[in-house]
Amino acid sequence: MSTFVSDFKTRATEKAGDLRHRSVIRTALRSYEIVRDKRKAAFQSWESARQAAAETKWEAINHLDKHLVALTSKLEARGTKVHWASTGAQAREIIAQILRDKKARSIIKSKAMTSEEIHLNHALEKEGFTVVESDLGEFIVQLRHEPPYHIVFPSMHLTRGEIKDLFQKELGDAPSDSPEELTMVARRVMRQKYLTADVGFTGGNFAIAETGMISITENEGNARLTAALPKTMVTLMGIEKVLPRFSDLALFLPMLATAGAGQPMTCYNTMYSGPRQPGECDGPEEWHVILLDNRRTELLADAEQRDSLHCIRCGACLNVCPIFRNVGGHTYGTTYSGPVGAVITPHLRGLQDWKHLSNASSLCGACTEACPVKIDLHHHLLQNRRNASASEPAFFERLAYQIFGLVANEPVFWSLAKKLGWLTQPLQRAVKGSALDPAKAWTKTRDLPPQPRESFKDWWRNRK
Amino acid sequence: MSERENILGRIREALQVSAPLPGAHGETSAHTHTESPASHAREWLPSVGASVEEQFALFAKNAADLKADFQLLASRDELPVALKKMAAAEKWSRVASHEGELSNFACKALGLPVLLTDKGYDVQAMEKCDVGITECDALVAQTGGVAVTSRSAGGRALSVLPPHHVVVASREQLVADLPAAFALLQQKYAPDFPSMISFITGPSRTGDIERILVLGAHGPKQLTIFCI
Ligand code: SF4
Repeated sequence: MSTFVSDFKTRATEKAGDLRHRSVIRTALRSYEIVRDKRKAAFQSWESARQAAAETKWEAINHLDKHLVALTSKLEARGTKVHWASTGAQAREIIAQILRDKKARSIIKSKAMTSEEIHLNHALEKEGFTVVESDLGEFIVQLRHEPPYHIVFPSMHLTRGEIKDLFQKELGDAPSDSPEELTMVARRVMRQKYLTADVGFTGGNFAIAETGMISITENEGNARLTAALPKTMVTLMGIEKVLPRFSDLALFLPMLATAGAGQPMTCYNTMYSGPRQPGECDGPEEWHVILLDNRRTELLADAEQRDSLHCIRCGACLNVCPIFRNVGGHTYGTTYSGPVGAVITPHLRGLQDWKHLSNASSLCGACTEACPVKIDLHHHLLQNRRNASASEPAFFERLAYQIFGLVANEPVFWSLAKKLGWLTQPLQRAVKGSALDPAKAWTKTRDLPPQPRESFKDWWRNRK
Repeated sequence: MSERENILGRIREALQVSAPLPGAHGETSAHTHTESPASHAREWLPSVGASVEEQFALFAKNAADLKADFQLLASRDELPVALKKMAAAEKWSRVASHEGELSNFACKALGLPVLLTDKGYDVQAMEKCDVGITECDALVAQTGGVAVTSRSAGGRALSVLPPHHVVVASREQLVADLPAAFALLQQKYAPDFPSMISFITGPSRTGDIERILVLGAHGPKQLTIFCI
């Protein structure tokens, strides 16, 4: 068994039994569901909006080359430097080179999952740069030296008490465990960092081909400050983020806010179309935009699952997923967790290593229903299972199904198996869940239902 | 070959096989939209009411939900009074603002030292200001938020750095919904857009600690919108 699978299983078993973890996550997500449903109900037609969003992203992704060319020529026309990176390593090198050229020391970052994807902080710190995450949740997990727990709510697994202890230990400043006071501690720490950082780093939520803009969605104002104060601005974004038209944002911004956090609009939605322009009083002198492939084109080449590139990273599918809610975000061991992570990670990081994530699903379809851009998530999980077993069938699994097929197709074998079941099941009960139990994988945490005394066939034959 | 050409090449190759249309159950026929799929967004987004009065009422309700302070003033003369009251209550001593008909009027009424951003400014000095006063491009009834740009609102930092952001707007700036706001911005600026356009919907906030709402995460703790 590869270590990815066994690590996943170990962590999942541990988290699923962790009642404290479960109650923290449940509490956090209960309020999410209530406000989200309220905001969805405020739409005149959420369903039509979803369909239009799906079609808009379809148009964007299925003409991606055209839109990227338009986007970059508009961006460049206003003085933005656009870079292209096929791999994470290339993106890291481009960014490090910009920092070296600028003789930068300190970088203030606003939230960007793409930077997690390419492990940017680690690489920059190794080169001696100081990197500070400014989003509160990201700042908290950075202090804990752990990856974000959730793509939208990075620190949702922590209680205020834990955050207080963390601030006390790392910052020497934690007046109480009130969320208000703790937030103000972070605000104070960060203020001077904005004013003195050499480079501001951001991600991007949408890129508008028509007007050459990058739109950033956030609640805290940290991305606004990051893009306002430092002299150099660097933005890293996946190539799939494009939308064809400026006016498409009128639909996508409220949908992202509603699906992601049950808000009518996220607090700040900001479209940048260049560095500081002539006549403007502030903003960076230079703006570098890095467009990242990192195997997104492989996902694009799979026409069946291409729509998973429509993802706007709202996190809704994580929030409603019964597996995510029980095993938690860190268990996945991936940058993108939950249903969408289970769909795309095998493409981005290798099918055989990550195929187990396709089984971390009850196929209930809650994710598909929650997705604002109608990605067929649970069917994609099923397709990944199919693709994985086609590309490398597991010997024992195949053998088991062959034996089952043989027994089920031969009436003699079948009735023999039935009788054997009656005989052996009482014995099984004695060793239930132990190493001697052949059904251990199932019975360790569950009961094996008793085989009925009378089979359907017998009942049919004996009925009057 | 450059990385740009490599990536575009891989994209073009991948797109040779077409993908099923959303909701079309496997159908892949050529997609010929005469209009954009999102062009009817107005019919699906939250409803806004037909009359201007209804839309002002909606704006007020949405702003209150967002914990923004919205004051619809009966006349221009009420602005100096309202501002002075606020300045006294919050003990403002330094104001940051920008040149503009309404913003100048507001600053003059206050009679406090003003840092103007238009010709460049010192960020440390702005950080010490108690309030940032700006104009805006639109008030959006549908969301209770405002749209500002680097050109209309004194640059990028003025509306986020000081702890209190005061917007002075005029009644004609109210638009019904987001599609109208985007249309207005496009009409007003395209193709020479300001380098930053920002929809501000309520004061800065976070829910990163136990999903409990806290205002003033990094941006302003307070947002006041005066409309005259
Ligand atoms: S797959 Fe859909 S629901 Fe999940 S994060 Fe992406 S857009 Fe949101």
